[in-house]
Amino acid sequence: MHLAQQQHTFEPKIFAFVCTWCTYAGADLAGTSRMQYPSNVRVLKFPCTGRIDPVFILKAFQQGADGVLVSGCHPGDCHYIAGNFHARRRFAVFRKLLEFVGVDLNRLQFSWVSAAEGGKWVEVVTDLTEKVRNMGPMTEFKELAMEEQWSGAINTPELKEAYNAI
Amino acid sequence: MSRIGVFICHCGENISRTVDVERVARDVGRLPGVAFSTDYKYMCSDPGQTLLKKTIQEQKLSHVVVAACSPRMHEKTFRKAVEAAGLNPFLCEMANIREHCSWVHENIEEATIKATEIVGMMVERVKKNRVLPTITVPVTKRSLVIGGGIAGIQAALDIADAGHEVVLVEREPSIGGHMAQLSETFPTLDCSQCIMTPKMVDVANHPKIKLYTYSEIELVEGYIGNFQVTIKKKARSVNEDTCTGCGVCMTKCPQKKIPNKFDQNIGMRTAIYIPFPQAVPNTPVIDRENCTKFKTGKCGVCQKVCGPGAVDFEQEDSLIVEPVGAIVVATGFDLYTIDEKPKGSPIKGYGEFGHGKIADVIDGMTFERLASASGPTGGKILRPSDGKEPKQIVFIQCIGSRAREKGISYCSKVCCMYTAKHTMLYHHKVHGGQAYVFFMDARTPGKSYDEFWRRAIEEEDAVYIRGMVSRLYQKGDKIVVMGSDIAVGVQVEIEADMVVLATAIQPQKGADLLAQKLGISYDKYNFYSEAHAKLRPVECATAGIYLAGACQGPKDIPETVSQASAAAAKVMTLFSKDQLEREPIVARVREAGCVGCFACKKVCAYGAVEEKEIRDRQGNLIKVVAYVNPGVCAGCGTCQATCPSKCVELDGYTDEQVIAMIEAL
Repeated sequence: MHLAQQQHTFEPKIFAFVCTWCTYAGADLAGTSRMQYPSNVRVLKFPCTGRIDPVFILKAFQQGADGVLVSGCHPGDCHYIAGNFHARRRFAVFRKLLEFVGVDLNRLQFSWVSAAEGGKWVEVVTDLTEKVRNMGPMTEFKELAMEEQWSGAINTPELKEAYNAI
Repeated sequence: MSRIGVFICHCGENISRTVDVERVARDVGRLPGVAFSTDYKYMCSDPGQTLLKKTIQEQKLSHVVVAACSPRMHEKTFRKAVEAAGLNPFLCEMANIREHCSWVHENIEEATIKATEIVGMMVERVKKNRVLPTITVPVTKRSLVIGGGIAGIQAALDIADAGHEVVLVEREPSIGGHMAQLSETFPTLDCSQCIMTPKMVDVANHPKIKLYTYSEIELVEGYIGNFQVTIKKKARSVNEDTCTGCGVCMTKCPQKKIPNKFDQNIGMRTAIYIPFPQAVPNTPVIDRENCTKFKTGKCGVCQKVCGPGAVDFEQEDSLIVEPVGAIVVATGFDLYTIDEKPKGSPIKGYGEFGHGKIADVIDGMTFERLASASGPTGGKILRPSDGKEPKQIVFIQCIGSRAREKGISYCSKVCCMYTAKHTMLYHHKVHGGQAYVFFMDARTPGKSYDEFWRRAIEEEDAVYIRGMVSRLYQKGDKIVVMGSDIAVGVQVEIEADMVVLATAIQPQKGADLLAQKLGISYDKYNFYSEAHAKLRPVECATAGIYLAGACQGPKDIPETVSQASAAAAKVMTLFSKDQLEREPIVARVREAGCVGCFACKKVCAYGAVEEKEIRDRQGNLIKVVAYVNPGVCAGCGTCQATCPSKCVELDGYTDEQVIAMIEAL
């Protein structure tokens, strides 16, 4: 399995934003069950998917993430009654925005993984890693962020115009 | 400038086997802000914690990152240690390099890089951590117990005996649960009713126990120490206060042929009924679906004959709100039903065994009712079809249990023992009868259990055949059982008069819906999940909610009682203090920036967001802003992600912290 992994020329960077009650616990279960999955994923723990601001996903892409996973409790199982419903609605809208901006939506995955679904966690992470690996690196957001960082200020006619209009 | 200390744990070999911990400690030590980094064999051990405390003081550390197991495991341990060393506990973070790294990756290089990144991420995060004061909340020293079976009864009695009020809620008209249905109990063969009913009476008479039967949980709000529980008391149609329990109404009721669920539908009851003679409370219920008065408007005999005038056809469901500080969930089990399966259920039935089609193929609980002295046959083992005594009886074990292809892979734990008990009861009651048992393995761990099973074979003449049954069919008034004896390697065919199936234990129907109301987690079978399989077996991950009995997994009576008492002890521990310290992970509003749109108020599921008026010295209203009540806030952070002006922040998960983590990667 390792030999196969080392043959890859591109190792994607995957960020996983998960809730602490279901998916984080599910990922823990995958660990205690000694299941194996690609090491590309970095897990960020939140109390609830309801806490996950879409800005974090944009920020992740800017930081060079090639894929982002958002995962929480199954609908109806939210530890905080309805946080995951808010998250679901929020991300349904956010996906539209990303699509409009031109991000391939295959890079962003939402799923529900419960505390008992260690196997599903492995499956979701492995699938996303493989999918993103085949898509290649995502550079647009990162390059933009770099440009912004190094240019000191953004100085486009459109922005100036917008600024003057305020 | 922060002085961060990083402690990398080997966890024996669990982490160090796949993660080069020394290299991680070296690499992380070079990060800006890190003043000290080291690795140690067992950070959670006493010397490990001492090392942590000593280093904090010697190195004057400002923040701590412990890279070890999951924070779900030891975050509390390390935060306590950090607090003992004089730092605010919330300046300590854990990096999970065991469950999320060393255990799931085999390649040392990959795992080491990942571990370094995880630790680096937590280092950046901890820099932004703020000192958080602990929040104390008052504790309501009353407990709710859901379920009035042996688990709920035991927990309620223990808590009430300690002097705390208990609200016991039972869905059925009487408490007692499944244990009240049993005839005799293994391994002592003492009568279940004889040991159960006195406990039921104790519950009814206990001054500290408030009993709600024929009631269900409608809504649960609040948090540990301060729950508000709404209970739906279903209309009994009989006034509990005036009814004397004389039973005249039941003798006069013209509807006498309604299958009694308590007797597994082989006994009959009236439309106004108590499920069994020893029911607690001894107040009848009118089954409105089958009552002539409710169906046609004519009849009302029970009302006419009732001396105290307790029958009330107008009664309606009522909602009662009870404030409690802790909740014990003891909803118990249900038996796997062989014939009907809910649509979409992954669990398949056993059509080949003819249950529901052949009258004399019954399940274990029905056999219990036949063998029970208070059962429909008065304790005689008789065939449901023709009332004859079965001369040959076949017991089949593991129906549903340990059958992955049928959807249930677990062992129901009690069937081996109760089948051995059934063969004994049969041997005692039917002289000259022969019992056969088809089994896969006999699982009899428990005090005096194996001796009991051996007794069934050696002294009570039960014939055990190792092998499964492929098919059952009716032939005349006999049931032909076709199976295999794998010990001898032959096919076996037995012409039986009666077949008893040891069906699997499943959680109560609707267990998932109750879990959703309580906000607790459950597994794929709907058994409730404990906080830790070994070290916290009676607590839920949700603080203030405890588990007892078979709702958490298949259990026999002694185990159920032990767990119920353990849950009661946990409740008493909680009630031993007047004030409860809770995690200060709550949302806070930055009032200067808040524009008072109250989007946060709309999304808050707890009603923690209030409107606060800001006035100048003259008392003129300047603006109305949001205010989060820290006692009510549960800390989900939905408000923060919703706030358009980013003016509400969840302590411990601020935007600053999250962005720092993302930027670290």
